[in-house]
Amino acid sequence: MNMIVTPASPATPNGTTRPQVRIVIVGHVDHGKSTLVGRLLHETGSLPEGKLEMLKAVSARRGMPFEWSFLLDALQTERDQGITIDTTQIRFRTNSRDIVLIDAPGHAEFLRNMITGASQADGAVLIIDALEGVRDQTRRHGYLLHLLGVKQVAVVVNKMDRVDFSAARFKDISDEISAHLNGLGVTPTAVIPISARDGDGVAMRTDRIGWYKGPTVVEALDRLEPARPLEALSLRLPVQAIYKFDDRRIVAGRIESGSLIAGDEIVIMPAGKIAKIKTVESWPVTPVAGRQGAGRSVGITLDRELFIERGDIIAHAGSAPRETRRLRARIFWLHDKPLAKGNQLLVRCGPKESRATVVAIEKAVDPGELSSSENKAIGRNHVGEIDISLSNPIATDPYTENPRTGRLVIEVSGRIAGGGLVLSVDAGQRAVPVDIVPVESALRSDERSARYRHNGAVVWLTGLPASGKSTLARALERRLFTNGGSPILLDGDTLRAGLNSDLGFSATDRSENIRRLAEVATHLARNGHIAIVAAVSPAREDRAAARRIADTAFREIHVATPAEVCEERDPKGHYKKARAGALASFTGIGNDYEKPEAAELVIDTSKRTVAEAADEIEQMLKASGVLFDEVVDLAANI
Amino acid sequence: MDHLDQLEAQSIYIFREAFARLKKIALLWSLGKDSNVMIWLARKAFFGRMPFPALHVDTGKKFPEMYRFRDHYGKEWDLDLRVEPCPPIDAVDPTLPPAARSAARKTEGLKMALAKYGFDGLIAGIRRDEEATRAKERVFSPRGLEGNWDVRDQPPEFWDHFNASPPQGAHLRIHPILHWTEADIWAYTKRENIPIIPLYLAKNGKRYRSLGDQDITNPVASNAASIDEILIELEQTKVPERSGRALDHETEDAFERLRVAGYL
Repeated sequence: MNMIVTPASPATPNGTTRPQVRIVIVGHVDHGKSTLVGRLLHETGSLPEGKLEMLKAVSARRGMPFEWSFLLDALQTERDQGITIDTTQIRFRTNSRDIVLIDAPGHAEFLRNMITGASQADGAVLIIDALEGVRDQTRRHGYLLHLLGVKQVAVVVNKMDRVDFSAARFKDISDEISAHLNGLGVTPTAVIPISARDGDGVAMRTDRIGWYKGPTVVEALDRLEPARPLEALSLRLPVQAIYKFDDRRIVAGRIESGSLIAGDEIVIMPAGKIAKIKTVESWPVTPVAGRQGAGRSVGITLDRELFIERGDIIAHAGSAPRETRRLRARIFWLHDKPLAKGNQLLVRCGPKESRATVVAIEKAVDPGELSSSENKAIGRNHVGEIDISLSNPIATDPYTENPRTGRLVIEVSGRIAGGGLVLSVDAGQRAVPVDIVPVESALRSDERSARYRHNGAVVWLTGLPASGKSTLARALERRLFTNGGSPILLDGDTLRAGLNSDLGFSATDRSENIRRLAEVATHLARNGHIAIVAAVSPAREDRAAARRIADTAFREIHVATPAEVCEERDPKGHYKKARAGALASFTGIGNDYEKPEAAELVIDTSKRTVAEAADEIEQMLKASGVLFDEVVDLAANI
Repeated sequence: MDHLDQLEAQSIYIFREAFARLKKIALLWSLGKDSNVMIWLARKAFFGRMPFPALHVDTGKKFPEMYRFRDHYGKEWDLDLRVEPCPPIDAVDPTLPPAARSAARKTEGLKMALAKYGFDGLIAGIRRDEEATRAKERVFSPRGLEGNWDVRDQPPEFWDHFNASPPQGAHLRIHPILHWTEADIWAYTKRENIPIIPLYLAKNGKRYRSLGDQDITNPVASNAASIDEILIELEQTKVPERSGRALDHETEDAFERLRVAGYL
């Protein structure tokens, strides 16, 4: 649970508008968290009547001196062991704040509980024992606060009574922890010397810490600000469910950022479908007018029937999140078994879930160690950066752009095992197959070739723009069809309008464009068709990749029409635009076309008619065993 | 958004997650102020009607006003009401103190209802501010095969991601108002005009702050005869909410023992 809290009127019955702030107390085990909480409750007059007396009586009965921490350690098991197992929440008031205090366990064993508590906080108090100084769990908690997005951190140096209230000792610790936190991008709001047991520095500045001029703990808490809803960011409405309880079809979810109102043009990601918000539904009064902002749980109806499912993200057209199958994330890991490359997981981004595979692990370290060495796997309670490949496309944002949608959790065997921040989103990367079981065709290839009188093949026409690839491809298609074959044209531009519409013209996108063409063409070839691909495909390496995919079915034809002729033809006007500088990344006028070195056939269309060129291709296909020779074939069938 | 709007939005989010991720859920309706607010929130989450049953595990020892309330609003709110009886007291652990034994009877009734319907999720109206052990609860809290709560091994829960995969045969408790306080409940009840059982309002200098079985619930001294007056009283009091609940005070650990065994 992570509630956003604004300064707007809490339910205080006297009509005051006091901000509510949620604060987590973290730090190494035994550094005095629970003692500080007990002392804070006492100093602010927040203890229930009789509670202190009851606990003092319990202590006396058990024959042990009273400890402030008993106030929190209400569970039998905790009293027996003297450590906080799970997060406890306590409410109290300072002069200007309603405070929800979350006491998180300091024992490394219970880091999952510390994270559960800290993830709900607006601010944190990091406690350090003056005698022991900064310890591994101090550093680890500091790092986790950064990962959990808790930016306001007050540091208290406790047990100053055990170091004779030494200003020098305090300064050493203060310098060390400030340097550590600054390195994580967290600036402490205060570093305060205290004795939680005796009360120095908690609510009062005593003579024993007379050299300290900063705020007390209570004053520091008064300065922490509640988190604010993210209304200024772009709209993100993750879909929790679609309800059809009556004749309305309501898309329900909570607005994580931005705002919406009936009439808005929206886009549903990752599918990219467009619609308009018809109404905002509610109960008991519906529909509701007015703008709905971040933090609201809403239900909307749309102006058209679209397939929407749980996990989709509704955004405004023009500011939609990116769709991806590939993410980089900085995560913390809580599972017993280390996270390693190749592991299969379930990833959740809001209500969206996807199976995923870890494709790379970097910077895996123990954030508690001072000089931590990098590992290949992320151990329990350690952190690291991972690349994950998703089996379903998801729409998300890097956390720097949207802290609400830019985070994820990882599940192993139905239990949350880790979580972290989305660092970057790489669109268009190939997903690593996860649990994919290809289904074979019901037909044998010889059944098809008997009908089509050819084997399957990928005929790959490469060459400069306007070299005549599409014209040749169409002529070949017609000829093969006339002969009873099953040719299918895959034109680069045509596929870019649909299948490859998410790709641009960067080197990476071009490679991906070629890879998809090759995959589709190969699938057709394996099913007995002749896939005719017409694509500039300027990079030798990309064509080599296509050959690897199609393997023995691949027939490369270089349409080697001279560049001057191509530019003169220019049927699409591309050369003209490129010369005018209006077409970036255009292949043809630079030296960026890499000629094939071992094409099955080379054709210069400035020296051949279309029919002659088609003849040559047909001959090549016969010679290389794609097309059946009529006579031989007839003989074979007698 | 004000404070109550935020609490409401969070609870609605939890309700919708529970409904989406579990197969067969029910809401535990104790007829008290908290579960009435829960039903209201569920109707908000699902646009008017709660799309799963309201389960009343009946000890047979509630106040007559509570039964009247159940029968009236069960119809008016169009609830799919299931009333399940508890076993006789003899069937319950005799080593427990009297009030705890009485409460444990309810736990047994709950187990029987679970076995009968096969729910994989039960929505319960506990709050963190009520009682120390409840403060440690998760929003989605897994229960063992015996309905028991393992406080030592609770899964992590953060950023509104909940563990919603109970092992085969076990169930989850879902706590949509865990983050509310007693004052929040009353302020919201007033704002939304949610009906209440009149026993909560003071009569002859006494009122009930918390309603359980007749024989183990006592009224507290109070002159608060309206919700506004209750809110003013809560602002000033240092008496805990469950002070009228006998079972909380019998022994230091009675409540925890009950909860580990599956009590709410």
